[in-house]
Amino acid sequence: MSAGDARSATAPLVTIEIDGRRYRVDPRRNLLEVALELGFDLPYFCWHPALGSVGACRQCAVTQFKDENDTQGRVVMACMTPCADKTRIAIAHPDALEMRASVIEMLMTNHPHDCPVCEEGGACHLQDMTVMTGHAYRRYRFHKRTHVNQDLGPFVSHEMNRCIACYRCVRFYREYAGGDDLNVFGAHHYVYFGRASDGVLESPFSGNLVEVCPTGVFTDKTYGESYTRKWDLQQAPSICHHCAVGCNIMPGERYGRLKRIENRYHGALNGYFLCDRGRYGYQHVNAQGRVRHAALRRDRGAARQPVDADTAIATLAGWLAEGRVLGIGSPRASLEANYALRALVGADRFHRGIDAETARLDDLVLETLARGPAQIATIADIEQADAVLVLGEDVLATGARIALAIRQAVRQSAYAMADAAHVPRWQDHSARLLAQEVKSPLFVCTPAATGLDGIATRTYRGAPQDLVRLAQEIVHLLDYTQPRAPGLDGDTIHLAHTIAEALKGAQRPLIVSGTGCGSAALLQVVANLCTALGRSGRKPWLALLPSECNSLGTALLGGPGLDAALARIEVGEIDTLIVLENDLFRRVPAPRLQALLMRLSHLVVIDALATPTAEAADLLLPAGAFAETDGTLVNYEGRAQRYFQVYVPEGDIRESWRWLQQVARARGQDLGDALDALIAGCAGSDPRLARIVDAAPSARFRIHGSRIPRQPHRYSGRTAMHAQRDIHEPRPPQDPDTPLAFSMEGARTGAPPAEIPIFWYPRWNSVQSVHKFQQEIGGPLRGGDPGVRLIEPGPGGHYHDRPGYRAPAELETVWLYELFGSEELSVRGDAIASRVAAPYLVLHPATAARLGLTAGATVQVEAAGQRWQAVLRVSPTFAANVAGVPRGLPGVPTFATGTVLSVREVRP
Amino acid sequence: MSARTSPPSKPLTDRIRPNHPPYGLADYERHGGYQGLRAALKMSPQDVTALMKSAGLRGRGGAGFPTGVKWSLVPMGENAPKQKYIIANGDEMEPGTFKDRLLLEGDPLQFIEGITIGGYAIGASIGYVFLRAEYVEAARALRKAIQECYARNRLGRNILGSDFHFDLYLHTSAGRYICGEETALINSLEGKRAIPRAKPPFPATSGLFGKPTVVNNIETLCNVPHIVHYGAEWFRGLSKGKDGGTKIYGASGKLRRPGAWELPMGTTVREILEDHAGGLRAGLKLRGFLPGGASTDFLTAEHLDVPMDFDSIAKAGSRMGTGMMIVLDDQTDVIGMVRNLERFFARESCGWCTPCRDGLPWVEKILASLEAGQGRPEDLTILRQMTRLLGPGRTFCAHAPGAMEPLQSALGHFRLDFERAAARSAAVAGGRP
Repeated sequence: MSAGDARSATAPLVTIEIDGRRYRVDPRRNLLEVALELGFDLPYFCWHPALGSVGACRQCAVTQFKDENDTQGRVVMACMTPCADKTRIAIAHPDALEMRASVIEMLMTNHPHDCPVCEEGGACHLQDMTVMTGHAYRRYRFHKRTHVNQDLGPFVSHEMNRCIACYRCVRFYREYAGGDDLNVFGAHHYVYFGRASDGVLESPFSGNLVEVCPTGVFTDKTYGESYTRKWDLQQAPSICHHCAVGCNIMPGERYGRLKRIENRYHGALNGYFLCDRGRYGYQHVNAQGRVRHAALRRDRGAARQPVDADTAIATLAGWLAEGRVLGIGSPRASLEANYALRALVGADRFHRGIDAETARLDDLVLETLARGPAQIATIADIEQADAVLVLGEDVLATGARIALAIRQAVRQSAYAMADAAHVPRWQDHSARLLAQEVKSPLFVCTPAATGLDGIATRTYRGAPQDLVRLAQEIVHLLDYTQPRAPGLDGDTIHLAHTIAEALKGAQRPLIVSGTGCGSAALLQVVANLCTALGRSGRKPWLALLPSECNSLGTALLGGPGLDAALARIEVGEIDTLIVLENDLFRRVPAPRLQALLMRLSHLVVIDALATPTAEAADLLLPAGAFAETDGTLVNYEGRAQRYFQVYVPEGDIRESWRWLQQVARARGQDLGDALDALIAGCAGSDPRLARIVDAAPSARFRIHGSRIPRQPHRYSGRTAMHAQRDIHEPRPPQDPDTPLAFSMEGARTGAPPAEIPIFWYPRWNSVQSVHKFQQEIGGPLRGGDPGVRLIEPGPGGHYHDRPGYRAPAELETVWLYELFGSEELSVRGDAIASRVAAPYLVLHPATAARLGLTAGATVQVEAAGQRWQAVLRVSPTFAANVAGVPRGLPGVPTFATGTVLSVREVRP
Repeated sequence: MSARTSPPSKPLTDRIRPNHPPYGLADYERHGGYQGLRAALKMSPQDVTALMKSAGLRGRGGAGFPTGVKWSLVPMGENAPKQKYIIANGDEMEPGTFKDRLLLEGDPLQFIEGITIGGYAIGASIGYVFLRAEYVEAARALRKAIQECYARNRLGRNILGSDFHFDLYLHTSAGRYICGEETALINSLEGKRAIPRAKPPFPATSGLFGKPTVVNNIETLCNVPHIVHYGAEWFRGLSKGKDGGTKIYGASGKLRRPGAWELPMGTTVREILEDHAGGLRAGLKLRGFLPGGASTDFLTAEHLDVPMDFDSIAKAGSRMGTGMMIVLDDQTDVIGMVRNLERFFARESCGWCTPCRDGLPWVEKILASLEAGQGRPEDLTILRQMTRLLGPGRTFCAHAPGAMEPLQSALGHFRLDFERAAARSAAVAGGRP
């Protein structure tokens, strides 16, 4: 995942000498990377492992000697110097030491030295490097230049006076992430990094500026609003719950409040970067709408009253004893929670918590991944793909981190050019300038415009049915035994040829799709594409995005969808319905659901959030939000990943699976009383789930007899934090579920990669310390990247039948997705909520004209007996005839894929 | 005037008539114009390049890199990239330097013929003139000349009936000194920020739009037609030293007749200053001079008899640079002059690398405080350290090292001025209660 990863091929090692000692190193690396990997503390700013070298800051100066006899040497920049054989350098040479100290001294001439009031203080790369170079006394006695700061929106704070002009922000934002509203202005020591004017940063990856910036110019605004020093944060390794990619995150807590999300490096998945939904979606944990206490409605029509946990448990146990129970799981709950519910109610009474249509799609994803011949692409793999076909999925909205990887994939031909010209891939600007606009093939075939269109070779817009036809034609062109698609026009056939040729001509072709279109036919034709590519001698890579963080986990666990459950309620078979971490109103049209809920005697909801479903509950059990619980999720690539409780919440909140364990115990059923029992039970329930025990070491794991502390060794205020209640320091909470401790005490080193609670290393207080935890820069963490793959692709096999073609009906719904808005949890935080669009409807200009509607009109939309108002957007890049509806957006009701809408203008 | 038969001794300025508009194409050709290109088109491109090498033509922009060698680094032949570029660096912003302006305003066709031959030699079908923003008059002359060349088949397709196609575009800069650095120029031409590029890769392999590119100075290219027309031997014979040709030398400062003159390469400093510039104004004495623009080391009266060629000036401890001298007299404050130069360099830093961006303003502020009598004894230590820390190899490009040349030489040659200023400052500070 380092810039222009070239590790796929091996090169013979060469010998270099650093400070008089010889090392065997890879000649394709630069001296800085190699020196850091060898454990040298060589300071740097502008170099970033994912962004490569540009030689701007002049901080990583070392002295290089011509040969054995050269005693004088000359100062070179380690980041810009390749590891040629017999390279001799000295890091400790006086010239290099003077240079490094002086560069800090010079860039500090304009730095405000405001560390005590700076959010970066204590976790600041600039502080670390300043200390490392030994610059301690300021000789500069003149005025410092000052800048005006900008309001960059709800995510990122701006304090330009702290800037040391390393150019990392613009290199990440523009060159790596493709944004164009952040730039560098001005010249000489007045260079200014910001927007042309105040305004919300437009990139969906803007939050990474916070970590890319080596000092406090860009800081996390949500964190700053309720700030705590890094050393005062209690942290535990976690997994992002806001899509199916499964990025590894590091949440931090203090005073019972989740303070921020930081990236947790994963060599195969998120690498160094998160999307803004992942970084800022956490605020729902602190939101007003949390369920904090158990509550029971004793009489129908009465209000729910708070009850203690024991009463709640006894009540539910009693209802269970009466029988006629049904459990509904959730794709946003852990495997353990879903398994516990299934074990409690019995497999025949457990439903997956998603409608039958979605369940079918998730099953198809599993089946397609498992049958082969495609390899399942990690994000690191995606970056290496040299031809990419995106089919149906708006990945920037549904799995944004993958879209960022596709941006890097299109550089493959640029890297080939660099190799041919002997320009090292890590010499980033040289490689970019050599290739200019040359990009590897990327085809974006989706219903509506996407954020990847700008780097695409070709785009295609069509309803899902049209995408299926296009893909079918490609299948035919790859394997002539397969039938052609019916009724395609000449342009589309030509496009199919272009795509087929690109995929055939690639070494590492990649297909990206998912369940976003709600089309089973699309997934089947994707499977056929993989089969056809396999038969033509290519080994394709495949990335299929399901809709939620544990969609594949619940698919592996199995069970019928919601529709069957609703049918059982409808016929009056069910008295007690237990809903686990699920808002059924997002799954079932409200009129139908409301009617069905009326037929129940007891609605039991276990959830962290006061959703409409929770509001309807007769018994409401407060569940821990993701940072308050442990569990296992299965991501899009079938990787089981464990997340860990960051802190123990106040009130009755407990892990949903613990509620279920305790209810089971009250009924005399033994589901264990800690996480490991559920992991073991779940693993034993299906061979495909057997390996989840290996996702992370169990609760019994110890390092030399010690647990792994969640609190840094500098954690302060332990005895003062509760002093307003009790001057005695409370006993720290015990953790029966994991090897982590809610404590400062324990083993600080040697944590297994899945259980590293903080990236910190002596002299490296910032996130830059992550290299101390990696096998090699940009490579896997020491001990291997966390998580275990549950799915091994097979050799591939037969084709699915060619899907039948049905032209979409006029105003048939086509789903659109919003990074901010379509996902349930993230919209409950203020920062994300402020970025959510008002409900809208998208039509092609021809369709709008036919209906006599104009752009910007307020329309009333009706579907499945529900009405809502939306603003009409008219887009020539949208598929004709159909109607685009932003799925899950607040204000847009739930209805089935393919529903035909009726639309009329609302006149004021 | 009649057509010349014998080769000129001052080829570059031969057709320039002060206070008259430049020749149009007809007059230009009547005075020997386009003989060079006609001859070149009959040669192989490689032979044209070889001719430049044997003529001993060295780049006139300041670095003195042999032009023929530069051209020969461009990949040629079947496997070479189809698109290549030649760029004329007319971003003449070196303080004290105005030779390219003279050549472009006085004889734009000579330059156009030169760059066309250059394009032929390296196989480039497109050329750009990157012109300093303030050179409005030169831009007007160039535009007119380019237009006439297109109309008369001296530019465009099948030039002079050959298979050679060459398009020439004029790009006027937005006005930054760093655009004179060839890779910053290329970035600027591509519409990017004018920051230098890392080398390697050199422009000869990855230049404008990632394609092989040669960047030559205007004066360099103006020599090319004459070399092709009159031969390498003749060109070497023009010079008094081992670098071939003539050179436009110039001098500014408190002189009797500041100006620019085309003289044989290797003319001594004394001859330029005394014979051509008429010496210093009455009552003034020479303290030193910058031989070739602001970014060269000071030389002093003891160097008056050094020939102005690349190697001799280098041996004397400076660089010939552009060959346009700035003279320091005994009534002008050295520190003030250096401060003025450093203010220019600090302002013109592109802001890419730390030592240049943040070191130069510090240098400027120290010099200003010394000048104002507010210096401190440690200031001289810092200044000396800066000349090392902003020196070659320490910064991303040659801008800051160039800026350090007048400072480091001033600290050497005029050490007492600086020490006196520091002492005076210390006395002022010491006198305070």
